[in-house]
Amino acid sequence: MDLGKVNLDAPHSMGTTIIGVTYNGGVVLGADSRTSTGVYVANRASDKITQLTDNVFVCRSGSAADSQIVSDYVRYFLHQHTIQLGQPATVKVAANLVRLLAYNNKNMLQTGMIVGGWDKYEGGKIYGVPLGGTIIEQPFSIGGSGSSYLYGFFDQAWKEGMTKDEAEQLVVKAVSLAIARDGASGGVVRTVIINSEGVTRNFYPGDKLPLWHEELEPHNSLLDILNSTSPEPMNI
Amino acid sequence: MTRKTSLTMESNQSNQHNSLLASEADSQRTLYPYVTGTSVVAIKYKDGILMASDMGGSYGSTLRYKSVERIKPVGKHSLLGASGEISDFQEILRYLDELILYDNMWDDGNSLGPKEVHSYLTRVMYNRRNKFNPLWNSLILGGVKNGHKYLGMVSMIGVNFEDDHVATGFGNHLARPILRDEWHENLSFEDGVKLLEKCMRVLLYRDRSAINKLQIAKITEEGVTVSQPYSLKTFWGFSAFQNPTVGAEGSWWVVVRWVRPNPDQKKLRRPPLLLPLILPPRSPQLAANLDA
Repeated sequence: MDLGKVNLDAPHSMGTTIIGVTYNGGVVLGADSRTSTGVYVANRASDKITQLTDNVFVCRSGSAADSQIVSDYVRYFLHQHTIQLGQPATVKVAANLVRLLAYNNKNMLQTGMIVGGWDKYEGGKIYGVPLGGTIIEQPFSIGGSGSSYLYGFFDQAWKEGMTKDEAEQLVVKAVSLAIARDGASGGVVRTVIINSEGVTRNFYPGDKLPLWHEELEPHNSLLDILNSTSPEPMNI
Repeated sequence: MTRKTSLTMESNQSNQHNSLLASEADSQRTLYPYVTGTSVVAIKYKDGILMASDMGGSYGSTLRYKSVERIKPVGKHSLLGASGEISDFQEILRYLDELILYDNMWDDGNSLGPKEVHSYLTRVMYNRRNKFNPLWNSLILGGVKNGHKYLGMVSMIGVNFEDDHVATGFGNHLARPILRDEWHENLSFEDGVKLLEKCMRVLLYRDRSAINKLQIAKITEEGVTVSQPYSLKTFWGFSAFQNPTVGAEGSWWVVVRWVRPNPDQKKLRRPPLLLPLILPPRSPQLAANLDA
């Protein structure tokens, strides 16, 4: 690694894997937790699932600064909208506010977002707002650099009408698979479940995630391995 | 360098009142599309217009979205199909919503026909092009009003024209030649659909951004119908496809000439049959004999 060529002042960008999935009764949002500045991991435990209202959250990917400022604006507008409306904002309104900012500032912003939530009119809904400001309602949505590795996985594993636990397990498995292959994703898996009953946040630390191909059981030290079994491990 | 960089809900792309600052202009031109749709094909037929497109939204080379409706009704008399940047298409639909709304509010019994909507779109696209900030779409506008069928196209730079059959993108290269050959006045609905499906199948074979999920929309004096999404059968069972490298140097397959059993026979009416016979790889028994 040539330190002379590494850009230590590169913009903070969330390589990221973000996922939003609807299930029978609500939505599950999931994300990794890595924020990188060029090749350095600036934050290994970031929270990319941001609250917009009591019932709507957004998964952020791309430029950390851009996605944060968009979330802040949308939260502000939604707050006022809720006061004026007299009842919780719908997921569709939240998603369209995100879209308006993304579309009208498309030349300056570099952020892809997944808006998910629950409202009493439509139930659980997921809206993708990729680069450019397109808005697209989907039964599930994946985004971020890690999502490239998940298109095939979801084509095969996704089914309509999953239960809450099935949906959450699917999301955790998917984010963990993406982390395994995407250098820009890593850390912990955070999930947020939103339904009529409310919001549940979960946390799956990196060491509790399943192991995939060519990954090994973690140990505290080689000494533990040597002490527990026969001298074999030292033979090459 | 002073730049107007605040985030706004209104478009930051249309604040060109003060055009003295070049840097302002740079931040306000659309550079490239992100999520794009591919070809749309449309024809006039006996009762009106038929329009077809697939439901793909590509993100570069990834076929990312597979349920994007790229044909939408506009008012009572028109259909709009679009290829190119989907976010710009969604914005155009909003502009048209407003246009139709204001037209309805006159409540004067008149309604905007396809020719008028086409003209409006042409103005919008051309004016955006003049500001170096185009809506990155190719649009097809078709409709029927008072018995008159209308089918027109507008490109992202404002080029517009009317014809009996139109297409966008790849469709211009692959579908229009077919239509030039096989389209005729007063096609029935069935013939029209078959003709469009022929075009869409070719596009599916040859356009890398096409997906096998399409919709065909129809507009007549009575109204608009957009079909439910469906897939076309594709055909791969050609013998040439099974063994495309027959006879090529170093390939697995060989060609054997069929020789006459008795070369001395003089009684011949036709020259010897030269049929290429394709041999399968060595049979297991033969292989076993040879290897043992």
